[in-house]
Amino acid sequence: MPHFALLVALAALAVLGYWVGKQRSLQLVGGGRGIRKLHSLPAYYGFLTALWCALPALLIMAVWLLLQDTIISSLVLSKLPVALRGQNAGELGLLTNDIRNIVLGNIPAAAARPEVLVAAQDYRRLQGIADLALSGLVLAAGLAGLAWVRSRINPALRARNSVERIIELLLLGCSMIAVFVTLGIVLSVLYESLRFFHAVSLDQFLLGLQWSPQTALRADQVGSSGAFGAVPLFLGTVMISGIAMLVAVPVGLFSAIYLAEYANRKFRASVKPVLEILAGIPTVVYGFFAALTVGPFLRHTGELVGLKVASESALAAGLVMGIMIIPFISSLADDMITAVPQSLRDGAYALGATRSETIRQVVLRAALPGIVGGVLLAISRAIGETMIVVMAAGLAANMTANPLEAVTTVTVQIVTLLTGDQEFDSPKTLAAFALGLVLFVVTLILNVVALKVVRKYREQYE
Amino acid sequence: MNRSIAETRARVERSLKRRRWAERRFQAYGLGAVLLGVGFVAIMFSSLISQGWSAFRQAYVTLEVFYDPEIIDPDGTRKPEDLAIADYAALIRNSLKAKFPGVEGRAATKQLAGLVSGSAAQELQRRVVATPSLIGQKQTLVVLTSDTVDQLLKGRIDRTLEEENRTISDQQIRWADQWVRDGQLSLRFNQRFFTNGDSREPEQAGVWGAIVGSIYTLGVTLLLSFPIGIAAAIYLEEFARRNRWTDLIEVNINNLAAVPSIVFGLLGLAMFLNFFGMPRSAPLVGGLVLTLLTLPTIIIASRAALKAVPPSIREAALGMGASRIQTVMHHVLPMAMPGMLTGTIIGMARALGETAPLLMIGMVAFIVDVPKGLTDPATVLPVQVFLWAGSPERAFLERTSAAILVLLAFLVLMNATAVVLRNRFERRW
Repeated sequence: MPHFALLVALAALAVLGYWVGKQRSLQLVGGGRGIRKLHSLPAYYGFLTALWCALPALLIMAVWLLLQDTIISSLVLSKLPVALRGQNAGELGLLTNDIRNIVLGNIPAAAARPEVLVAAQDYRRLQGIADLALSGLVLAAGLAGLAWVRSRINPALRARNSVERIIELLLLGCSMIAVFVTLGIVLSVLYESLRFFHAVSLDQFLLGLQWSPQTALRADQVGSSGAFGAVPLFLGTVMISGIAMLVAVPVGLFSAIYLAEYANRKFRASVKPVLEILAGIPTVVYGFFAALTVGPFLRHTGELVGLKVASESALAAGLVMGIMIIPFISSLADDMITAVPQSLRDGAYALGATRSETIRQVVLRAALPGIVGGVLLAISRAIGETMIVVMAAGLAANMTANPLEAVTTVTVQIVTLLTGDQEFDSPKTLAAFALGLVLFVVTLILNVVALKVVRKYREQYE
Repeated sequence: MNRSIAETRARVERSLKRRRWAERRFQAYGLGAVLLGVGFVAIMFSSLISQGWSAFRQAYVTLEVFYDPEIIDPDGTRKPEDLAIADYAALIRNSLKAKFPGVEGRAATKQLAGLVSGSAAQELQRRVVATPSLIGQKQTLVVLTSDTVDQLLKGRIDRTLEEENRTISDQQIRWADQWVRDGQLSLRFNQRFFTNGDSREPEQAGVWGAIVGSIYTLGVTLLLSFPIGIAAAIYLEEFARRNRWTDLIEVNINNLAAVPSIVFGLLGLAMFLNFFGMPRSAPLVGGLVLTLLTLPTIIIASRAALKAVPPSIREAALGMGASRIQTVMHHVLPMAMPGMLTGTIIGMARALGETAPLLMIGMVAFIVDVPKGLTDPATVLPVQVFLWAGSPERAFLERTSAAILVLLAFLVLMNATAVVLRNRFERRW
């Protein structure tokens, strides 16, 4: 771990910087007695030195490490014999992996071809040089920062203000990460999707009725047969999410009503956490439950009444997904119902309405926008849910309206396309990114609308 | 229009019965929905526990093994490399044949050897290499049986089925029953489940590799998301002026919290693996992806914690001449810290259960070794559950449930910590 050692060294340098800065400031005013002449407390001069010592060096190190492997790989590859280099991108990638694995010692060197072995040695040599250069550069940057600040320290230097400005900038940087993540998602998914749409046209993808990505491996079928029609996936997703919402909305809403309006405090305090357990269970557990308990149960029940139920039926996945979403809806609806002012209820009671009439005709109507927002959020979650459908829904893209048959969903296809072999220029893997883009856009729209509705509703009663 | 009071009254009274009935029905729907939810929890937990409990015990058989010098070291060299490659499975076979005499022929011997796990031979090898003086002696050993014997002993194999429909033959059942009668076969605490990595053989598979992988991955996540999340929350809550930029950041964070987790996996695959060339299946990359995933949760919780600190604290500090940074660092942050920690733990609990994005970055590979570093190939607990759930062997079913129980135990622990933290340090103003 040379990088870890470098970090430790840098940290030590920063501590040294703190001490140097602090001592320098004290020394300038003649020790602790002259502290009044300093603009800031001595510790701030120390912090300023330490920050200037560590931050630029850290930045250099981060950028260097991010680019190091890519640059070294391309350097090594450019030195390979032409016969080895002239392959397509996929094989070149494999070769790079081989070289790296030899360097890391993951595969025995004896098993490799001589050219690859030479390349691996070259790689190791370059890596050694790079590590050495990095260590030198980082420590030099640290020392330079230290020396520069030390030379600038004088009693009038506004050290506290500088330190605080740096901290504030760091805080701003951290909050910008959220924006960068969104940008990263959009750019990476969009870029790969555009590559996909070079091979398969957009309307073929969005309107095509046939989905069979496997056949694309055959040379005569790439991007030609319309095998990337995603409509069956969209329909499957809609069906499973629809079943989930049919379970979750009534159960979640009625439990919220009961807990908020009828239940006494003791009942509420003991039952609400139990319902919230459902929200804390990992989705892979739901998937296991759906695939190995609910699925077979539905099939046996179907056999008893003479119905043919597929073992990976949309019904099983949808039911279990509905269970997963119950606490989501019930807690949101609970918030919305308790936010309705008591005066509205009192008014309804005064007119002679019963409790249920009040709830149905006054409370629910007042809370409706908020509840709709919550349901929209729940739908977005159902669409994006992955593990339950990966484990309990089918793989084959069927166009069917029968919930007892197996259907597949967008998320299932993303997972199946991207686990296993990875060939990054085939439409098969790129299709996953196109599906991801659709998923991202749809859920984004749902979320934006839902959050707006919920916020507006909250403001109304605040 | 001018109905008399009596008429109205009669109408209302006639409708009362229906309205009261509707009231009762409505309330019953509510109660039913609540009970349905609670019932789901009960069904899930009881099915998980009843399926998974047995995996914590495993069938072991006591064998009398003769360390035959003819098999281990026919040349008598006692060289460690010769000892390491000897045919230890033959020792097991001989021991079994001594117990059940009259077994002849390849098929029958193979059936007999199938009663004992492949790990038994490895165990013998380990012992002999460690103490070569064992050669030529007899020893009574407790070794793992194969998963089929284990399942038979736990009553999970239906003896009434036709032989072809079972994974264990009639003859093997007779042998196993003989062992039981002789007191050689018994269920013991399944220590390997907690100390081994994954394996293709159910009886040797354990969760330790996945637990270590989860610890590494969550370690990276915690180290990155806690400071970054808190810093972002402080900026947005305490420093940011309200303008278009901060609005954009806010909307972004709220939306990111609701983006499907698998999209983060796509981001990790395209950016960290393909663009930056980071290693596949590594806890480092998994941790990075989970950091992006949990950041919004932590930021939102931390902002709520900062909001809960009353403005009078800030005003007092500012009034005493503290700068804004000093106000935050010395007064607001310490008071908001319990709330922030609670939010972080809940975010970590969510990250621990997250599976889908890790499938995208290759943490779904079959890995036997326990990872030793952040860049070693690794898997995590929920992915281990996913892998085992897809295995056809009956014995993996109980192991999947048991792994889920382990996962849930960790989650309960984390959430309980969060609750305790909240109850202990939460201040009401």
